[in-house]
Amino acid sequence: MTTTGTAVSADPANPAAAAAPPGPTGRPGRGRLFQWLFIAPALLYMAAFFGYPLVRNIVMSFQHFTPTTYFTGEAPFNGLDNWRAVLSDQLFTDALWHTAVFTAGSLLGQFTIGLALAVFFSRRFPLSGLVRAVLLLPWLVPMVVSAVVWRRILDQEHGILNTALQAAGLVQDGPPWLSSPSTALFATILVNIWIGIPFNMVILYGGLQEIPRELYEAASLDGASAWRTFRSVTLPVLRPVITVVLVLGFMSTVKILDLILALTSGGPADSTHTLGTVTYQLSFLQLDFGRGAVVGNVLILISAVFAVLYLRANRADFGQGK
Amino acid sequence: MHFRRARIPLAVTLSGATAALCLTGCAATPDADTVTVLNSATDTAEHAANQKFFDRCAGPLGLDVEQISVPADQIASKALRMASSDSLTDILELDGSELPQFAETGGLRPLDDIGVDTSGFSPGARSLGTHDGVRYGIARSVNSLALIYNKDLLARAGLEPPTTWEELRTTARKLTTGDTYGLAFSASPNADGVYQFLPFFWSAGGDEARLDNGRGEAALQLWRDLLTDGSVSRSVVNWNQQDVNDRFIAGRAAMMINGPWQVPVLSAQDKVDWAVAGIPVPEAGRDAVPPIGGTVMAVPKNEDTARERNAAKVLNCLNTEKNQLGWGESVNNVPSRTAAARTYAEQNPALAPFAELVGTARSRTARVGTRWPVVADALAGSFQSVLTGGADPEQALRRAQRQASAGK
Repeated sequence: MTTTGTAVSADPANPAAAAAPPGPTGRPGRGRLFQWLFIAPALLYMAAFFGYPLVRNIVMSFQHFTPTTYFTGEAPFNGLDNWRAVLSDQLFTDALWHTAVFTAGSLLGQFTIGLALAVFFSRRFPLSGLVRAVLLLPWLVPMVVSAVVWRRILDQEHGILNTALQAAGLVQDGPPWLSSPSTALFATILVNIWIGIPFNMVILYGGLQEIPRELYEAASLDGASAWRTFRSVTLPVLRPVITVVLVLGFMSTVKILDLILALTSGGPADSTHTLGTVTYQLSFLQLDFGRGAVVGNVLILISAVFAVLYLRANRADFGQGK
Repeated sequence: MHFRRARIPLAVTLSGATAALCLTGCAATPDADTVTVLNSATDTAEHAANQKFFDRCAGPLGLDVEQISVPADQIASKALRMASSDSLTDILELDGSELPQFAETGGLRPLDDIGVDTSGFSPGARSLGTHDGVRYGIARSVNSLALIYNKDLLARAGLEPPTTWEELRTTARKLTTGDTYGLAFSASPNADGVYQFLPFFWSAGGDEARLDNGRGEAALQLWRDLLTDGSVSRSVVNWNQQDVNDRFIAGRAAMMINGPWQVPVLSAQDKVDWAVAGIPVPEAGRDAVPPIGGTVMAVPKNEDTARERNAAKVLNCLNTEKNQLGWGESVNNVPSRTAAARTYAEQNPALAPFAELVGTARSRTARVGTRWPVVADALAGSFQSVLTGGADPEQALRRAQRQASAGK
């Protein structure tokens, strides 16, 4: 084939050939260029807003990065000093453990209750729309506002929760929810579950609507019980949605910061410090950005591991020409 | 925090400060006759009050003052971002405890170099702006903590405000009835709680540079005793200074440790008739050593020396006796000039105990400088673990000292 230019003059009867972009048989260099041009904006965006901060954060964790750096631009490398200091700190180990418990507890609670509510609301009944809308409220209220309200609810002496428990005769003395190291982490998990339920419910509810009714009809013809139907029809078909909900939930829970700062500031006696609050403390209270970056990197690493798992699970769910 | 009002640190700081990128913060160099100020006066009334004093000073000098106000907990990160893009304001108003971190960078101009006068200031106020013996910051007014009590409850029980720790324990016990605790203080694991622990820790002879010197344990023991006596709620480990004030106003605490920034709220209600007394001391005859708090104004180095000189002129004017007195009255803080503080105490007898307390008050960073945030964390860990029964005072302070000196 000749160049496009000669094609136009040689074959005026075929304007389509002139307008068509160079096909696979055209000059490969040009086609490649066009492909890159289309990808470039996305690539640039990714590099500037994801790649650069990520690399900066990793480099920063090997630097003595202090307020002075902002004035002089100098951040001397200090090898593994930051890593050593952070990893040998008892607070970091505790925070890692708290983060794991907090994340696992929150996800378990949010997901179980969210799924139960989604299944409940997937049957139509009067006012279900209204009740569903009300259940969305925790999601709409700013986190800090919920935290302030919950601090009052969980107050040991005058909180509504303990007053109610005592009135019901369930407890003698109200539990010290947020004021004892043995219960504080549990209490923060409870609050986070409350906050996370609507998100889980909405996404799972959407997933439930997608399940073809015929499947349920077939199951009932086979004489499957409600539990059996749920286990053998609902759960398997809902699997991709469940993966999405859990992974997104994981990502937002593992880096929890604002809720804990507002509820307990990491106390009492460091019992609610998570990786998020430790990195905040190092970077923004102690202004030791290098050490803060170390904790930040650990968080990124954990998230990355789960992101990979998520992508693989996704491929398994969607990749087989479903 | 301890100088204006309690507030919740927001995640917003995170998103803001991680990016050293100059996206929207790059302002053009301001007009030569404009002096820019970075402060935390986000409250409309506070912003206006500040502007009034700035205008009063800048007007006769032929200058304008422009305030940039961000929430107090974001000042440091905002200032750092501005520094990295060479756009710092001409005057930087910081919390006194944050000054060393900035002075250490070498980015602040020593005040003596540009002729800012601090003669006649109280020693505490001077130390608040000093780092390594050099004055970088000037405080217009300072605050501290005192014992604020419910006059009716004390009168009904026939009690006087306590002056010693022993009296504090017995008085608090006697005042504890039904829904009301004898005393409330903040023991939260952040700046609020640490600020409140210091008057006890220091008055006992505790040393922030050597936490386990054997003296500070008494302060931890006192807090623990007040808790086990039942005179103080177990929830104090969760209360910031605002919560403490709320409890006091609701009549659920007969006495509280708090600062003058609560005065507007206290004055605006008529449920509780209150008065201010000094901080109780370990033994009669000893001086209370409370912490000194407040903001200081510093001048970042600028290639254009005229801007530094303008800033210095404004600072000198803001700190005349008359202007300090006016400012102190508008924010219920004690003027930092000794003479102005005396006049302030005479004109505000109700708040006079604060004026007396700042006379012996100490700066948090005078001994440990830039290491204060680490020491403060360690100290918070110690009182939190003692109050929640996780450690005895000696153990707690030994651990705190280890924590404070780790990774020095």
